[in-house]
Amino acid sequence: MQEIFLFLLAGVRKKILRFKKHRKMKDILTVYYLEAKSARVGGRKVAWITSGGPVEPLIAMNIIPVYPENHGAMIGASKMGAGLCELSESMGYSSDLCSYARSDIACATVNGGPIGGLPRPDMLVCCNNICGTVLKWYEVQARYFNAPLFIFDTPFCHTGFGEEVRRYVRRQLDEYVSFLEKTCDRKMDGGRLAGVGKLSLEAQRLWQAVLDTTVNRPAPMCAFDAFFHLALIVTLRGTQEAVDYYRRLLERMNDRVARGVGAVADEKYRLLWDNIPVWHRTRWLSEKFASHSACLVADTYTSAWCGSMKYIDENNFFDSMAEAYTRIYLNIGVDEMARTVLAMIDKYKVDGMVMHSNRSCKPYSLGQYDIAKIVERERGIPSLIIEADMVDERSFSESQVSTRIDAFMEMIKASR
Amino acid sequence: MTGRGEHPMTGLNDIYEILKDPAAYGRKLKGEGRRGIVGYFCSYTPEEIIYAAGAHPFRLFGSDDTIHLADAHFQSYCCSLVRGALEGALAGRLDFLDGVVFPHTCDSIQRLSDIWRMNVKGPFHLDVVLPVKLGGESSKTYMTDVLQRFRAELQARLGAEIGLEALRAAIGTFNRIRGYLSRLYEIKSEDPGLISGSDLHAIVKASMIMDRDRLLETLPRIVTELSDKKGQRKEPAGKRLVMAGGVCNHPDVYRFIEEAGGVVVGDDLCTGSRYFDGIVELNDDPIRAIADRYMTRSLCPAKHAGLFTRSDRIVDVVREKKALGVVFILLKFCDPHAFDYPYLKEALDRQGIPSLLLEVEDRLPSEGQLQTRFETFIEML
Repeated sequence: MQEIFLFLLAGVRKKILRFKKHRKMKDILTVYYLEAKSARVGGRKVAWITSGGPVEPLIAMNIIPVYPENHGAMIGASKMGAGLCELSESMGYSSDLCSYARSDIACATVNGGPIGGLPRPDMLVCCNNICGTVLKWYEVQARYFNAPLFIFDTPFCHTGFGEEVRRYVRRQLDEYVSFLEKTCDRKMDGGRLAGVGKLSLEAQRLWQAVLDTTVNRPAPMCAFDAFFHLALIVTLRGTQEAVDYYRRLLERMNDRVARGVGAVADEKYRLLWDNIPVWHRTRWLSEKFASHSACLVADTYTSAWCGSMKYIDENNFFDSMAEAYTRIYLNIGVDEMARTVLAMIDKYKVDGMVMHSNRSCKPYSLGQYDIAKIVERERGIPSLIIEADMVDERSFSESQVSTRIDAFMEMIKASR
Repeated sequence: MTGRGEHPMTGLNDIYEILKDPAAYGRKLKGEGRRGIVGYFCSYTPEEIIYAAGAHPFRLFGSDDTIHLADAHFQSYCCSLVRGALEGALAGRLDFLDGVVFPHTCDSIQRLSDIWRMNVKGPFHLDVVLPVKLGGESSKTYMTDVLQRFRAELQARLGAEIGLEALRAAIGTFNRIRGYLSRLYEIKSEDPGLISGSDLHAIVKASMIMDRDRLLETLPRIVTELSDKKGQRKEPAGKRLVMAGGVCNHPDVYRFIEEAGGVVVGDDLCTGSRYFDGIVELNDDPIRAIADRYMTRSLCPAKHAGLFTRSDRIVDVVREKKALGVVFILLKFCDPHAFDYPYLKEALDRQGIPSLLLEVEDRLPSEGQLQTRFETFIEML
């Protein structure tokens, strides 16, 4: 298992600054997965939960949260996606379905993939604020593992957030706690949950502050670094560990800013990334853009884990979770997403946008053409759309993407 | 019968006329002074509320035309239903609509709603963000709340009061429609030779488009006519099949199946039995009554009501209809159905019920290829 984290951490990039303290992340994640895999020995329960799901009640109940989407990303990064996707196709799943879901569903049946499969779930918690796919995926896994499934239904906010939605989601928070209490046969400690909430909010603030350091020229880190450091805000949000990690990371970034050190040594162009990373090509993409002196200074993906902080009430975390978990980036209308993108363009002083048109993710990808048009119209900024898939490397043509990136960068250079 | 030439059965000529050009029919209805023509997607649209407002609910399907305009908004991995619907709107073919209703369904319809709202000017736009989870007190309450909101928004857009009496009357109308369509399905199952699969498909589809009062004159006549003929036809019907999937926009499929020696005697399609499954049980609150039906009617895979609800249902339909096999007709890029397919197939396999998977886009595979597949499958049953 060590190897895969080393792999994830590998960052030998010529023109790109390498992080020295990756060791820390590796240690935390290794301990986390070892703990999860031996949960039964420690008498703890394991819950599978979606990446946008409310994890804080699990942490407060001492349940180990495990993220199948994270697993999907690891499968993609270790280039094991195509094989597992093929296996799922032989199980009857269409090759057009989400590759996180396909590879995870296949992986469960063979205990394969980079970490030999995820630990068996005692329960599944599915929050559909990111997509409808997770509902189907979790149904499949709940049947496979014969484990109880809790669905946290966050109605889509096309144009707003109605009172009836607030009431519905708030009531489900109570149902969620009851579900956990019943599954674990013990009571939730309200005080502990409030404490976890505070830590969660603090980690989100720190994560946002880390991402904000890239407003500086040169940016001390790039989106590819953010894809890496993201792991803890997803998996360990609500723990002291995550807070400590991001506090240290922020100090390091601030130090780099003070010293004028950039992630891309000769940063000339600043780009915004949209959508989930192409996990099997992050390094290649990062080097490719760096070769054009371009730094991906911000992205819509990693900021999604702190994007709805404005709805969180520090002193009433539990109640405010209803709104915060419903109004996340992917659960809003395309026009509101475009407004968020415009704000990021202004904040990070971006010269161009790179959109990953991700076959696997319809809620993220359908609407990109409209967002690109709005960005062009409102800010005169060009967009590059890369056709790919986050995990399944069979949908990626390196030569084609390479040519398109070159052409896009020439255009940006010419417009200067 | 596929609509060419005079149809011997009462009302079928009109129905085929409407289906040949639904937009022309929509324009004609508009000219007759309706309060509004309200286009909608998905069988979870509360048609009763639209009808109670004095407006006309008009179901939108994908388009048969080549996609040009929608390509500027949707990637190629978006289903043809969504792309075709936007194409029709952008090309101005739906200019007769006064409003459009988007019930929350899948990720693609969800984005269709956004992109439509941002790019199609004219008709009013209402989202009905139904619960995805159909079960438990909170979702039951929310379902009612959402329908109440829809009622209020529709009243505002149409400038019409939607009163309790009008709602009760509308529920009565749609319950009668559901009753007749169910009856037609029973007749088809009892004596499959009486009406062709494509004719029955046309009737159900037209029921979502036609003036509902006219429809309620046509349907009983068709039922009576078929009931009178029962037992008269002696030719042996084909091997009994159930069709399952989402939207079936391909009436020719029924003909191919019949030519290959099969006959569809039941279905689980949203252009089929899912549309009319279950009646609204009137109580003191008509909106809650409509909500209650949605909580229990046969389930769309984009919603959740238990882990085995859909497999139990399909096995039940096969048993009830005494069918020998199932034809899955799945639209390419339709995620909810594609996710359910392996477990549904497995459930059927366990019961010894063979099934055939047909993945379709806006156009069917070639006739020769389809015939071979159907013949091989039906032969084996």
